[in-house]
Amino acid sequence: MSDFDRTAEYAAHHSEEEGVKMRKTIWAIFWVLLAVTTVEVGLGLVWKDLGLAWPLVKWTFIILTLVKAYYIVAYYMHLKHEYKNFKMIVSIPYIVLTVYFIILMLIEAIYLNEEVDHLLM
Amino acid sequence: MAGHSPSVDTKTLWGGGISPFNLSYGKIMMWFFLVSDALTFTGFLLSYGFMRHRFAEVWPVAEEVFTHFPFMHGDHPLLYVALMTFILIMSSVTMVLAVEAGQRMNKKGVVLWMALTIVGGLIFVGSQAWEWYHFIHGTELGALQLADGTIAQWMSDAKDALVLPTGVEVTGAEAAALIQSGTEVYGANLTVNEYGLPLFADFFFFITGFHGTHVFSGVVLNFIIFVNVLKGTYEKRGHYEMVEKVGLYWHFVDLVWVFVFTFFYLV
Repeated sequence: MSDFDRTAEYAAHHSEEEGVKMRKTIWAIFWVLLAVTTVEVGLGLVWKDLGLAWPLVKWTFIILTLVKAYYIVAYYMHLKHEYKNFKMIVSIPYIVLTVYFIILMLIEAIYLNEEVDHLLM
Repeated sequence: MAGHSPSVDTKTLWGGGISPFNLSYGKIMMWFFLVSDALTFTGFLLSYGFMRHRFAEVWPVAEEVFTHFPFMHGDHPLLYVALMTFILIMSSVTMVLAVEAGQRMNKKGVVLWMALTIVGGLIFVGSQAWEWYHFIHGTELGALQLADGTIAQWMSDAKDALVLPTGVEVTGAEAAALIQSGTEVYGANLTVNEYGLPLFADFFFFITGFHGTHVFSGVVLNFIIFVNVLKGTYEKRGHYEMVEKVGLYWHFVDLVWVFVFTFFYLV
């Protein structure tokens, strides 16, 4: 066994009783994900008929997406129950870079859209 | 999900060769790979977002592009992609159930749930192929590519009046002149797109294609691990951590789809 291959020491095990609880959580999260997706699709179909403003609908979609992403990463990928340092290492660099690039992307794209003669496709 | 040893001696964490995160090398590396892969997909979606805001006025509406549903006629916007999303969420659930069964050393459970995950993945890849097929072939009516390269939509089956990308309607002699100088186009490829900007098609092929490749390789990885489970490799090893590692990858694929679904189809 090589130095780093000590997987067995860290492999997770649990009992039958714990399993029952975990499966309950898994299915609860499934219903959350399903409900959020249903709301998204439903809203996509009816928002025009309801006369809702597009920015409101758009931000609802984006927030619901982030909610879904949180549940998948936190529970299905188990990140919520990892050590705090590990959570930070995985999430902080990603979030900081992404937020920064989204801001840059919007500034540049909206500038080009408003200031530069377009429709040159 | 549980199973961490609560008694970690912090004094020996690093020098003692103990993982400071109480995770195995393999799992940490899988996470780091997923972070870099996430940044790649983020880059794609950012460039998509850039072009979309750049050409905001003429960007095609996904709802009007993806309206087909198998064995059903008429317009069913979003319905098919909603089904695909549901299938992928389902396969994420079966994957996490396989992981849970593995942590109880329940081989039968792992076999069942992993098999269902693989089936879900294959259905998803098949659905994507179906959607590509329809996007490439386009509508029966097609559209008119004007002399300047922009796409105008027909106002009716008669094909004698047009709607320009700017929303202006053109009829009569003016339309006839445009039809004379333009070419009829059907469907979408990397250079022509009957639904509007070719960029829309480029990003669609590139992003959903890259995601589909991930789904496909996920199915292959799941299948390899599935065979190992059947052979009893992990039973002998005493733990099913390989199932957890491919599980992480599989959930990541689902996670990416959550974002592709929102930014390509919904907003």
